[in-house]
Amino acid sequence: MASLSPPSAVQGVFTDLTKTIGETSLVELSGLSPNPDVRILAKLESENPTGSIKDRTALSLIEDAEARGLISPGDTIIEPTSGNTGIAMAMICRVRGYKLQAVMPENVTEERRQMLRLFGAQIIDSDGEFGSNGAVKLARTLSAERDIFMPFQYGNPANPRAHYDGTAAEIIRDCPDIDVFVAGLGTGGTLMGCSQRLKEFRDEIEVVAVEPLQGDPVSGLRSLEDGFVPPILDLERLDRKLLVTNRDSILMTRRLAEEEGIFAGVSSGGVFHVCTRLAETMDSGTIVGIVCDGGWKYLSTGIWTDDLDDVEDLLDRSLSW
Amino acid sequence: MLRQAVGGEREVEVPGSTVAEVLDNLYDAHPAVKAQLQSEDGELHRFVNVYLNDEDVRMLSWLDTPVSDRDRILILPAMAGG
Repeated sequence: MASLSPPSAVQGVFTDLTKTIGETSLVELSGLSPNPDVRILAKLESENPTGSIKDRTALSLIEDAEARGLISPGDTIIEPTSGNTGIAMAMICRVRGYKLQAVMPENVTEERRQMLRLFGAQIIDSDGEFGSNGAVKLARTLSAERDIFMPFQYGNPANPRAHYDGTAAEIIRDCPDIDVFVAGLGTGGTLMGCSQRLKEFRDEIEVVAVEPLQGDPVSGLRSLEDGFVPPILDLERLDRKLLVTNRDSILMTRRLAEEEGIFAGVSSGGVFHVCTRLAETMDSGTIVGIVCDGGWKYLSTGIWTDDLDDVEDLLDRSLSW
Repeated sequence: MLRQAVGGEREVEVPGSTVAEVLDNLYDAHPAVKAQLQSEDGELHRFVNVYLNDEDVRMLSWLDTPVSDRDRILILPAMAGG
């Protein structure tokens, strides 16, 4: 196996917590690959300070707004989120002196609410039946009505830029022989930024998006007008887009913990479920999957401990991506 | 919302050898579906995702994607996360 890059030079003391975002580890999951000639590597975005890849996104959004003079300390910011971006933004707002209003579907895990509150964010509930799409709609309305700055992760180029400059650049440096990149699709930020950078590096690198097959209570939107495609999402930049059931995601989330010691959230289970499927169809090569977040925010769902059918049913009714 | 248009069924069986043929046959059998899925210009609405088994057909050959007897087509609204 080719040796990976050595750890970077001693970094000394960071001037504040936001400076510790990024530079996450790439780890081989040797037990997971069903094909001895295919390596599956995990980029542990759970190492970021609030435990998810969204620290990169939120920092980029805030710093972009600061650089353009749109916000200054003391200001209030509003943002729609299914949790992780809100939590990341709430931490950064604490460090930088902003107030955050997070618009979030009511059916997310309690841990997400607690984390937002502990970082001082105000939570505004949106109708859970409409998922993240409902949060987007409500946040847009409130931002306009109250004249509050909304970074808007779904439409802001600073979101994919975080992954172009950070996530993908680190992958290319640490594993230049990458053949396939797999990540969850939420805003499209990770996939768009990484796709652009990876394909500039080597056009043959395949970029695969993984989406959750939501349960009926979440996907049962009443009208197409409630559908939402993030403006930053350009499907031309994706080679494949695959659905994964909550059941398959749960099973792989358990395997990650049991076989590799990786404590990840349920969407990462979906990502590595797809990684193993792709490995079966490849002759040889290297797949890099993103561990989007750690498992802490999902403990209350019983993913690792409860009956599989019960957990599946619970996830089908809630929002975990 | 689509289920109302097909009489409350969760799954319906429709013939066709491509995604386009399957959709056309679905529209013939359940005309209300057409209004739900198509925008005014007759194209499939951009908020509609169509999957052959578990793969988005926009990344395959879109409406020309071949379909065989045992395949399952899923029609879902586009959902965001984050």
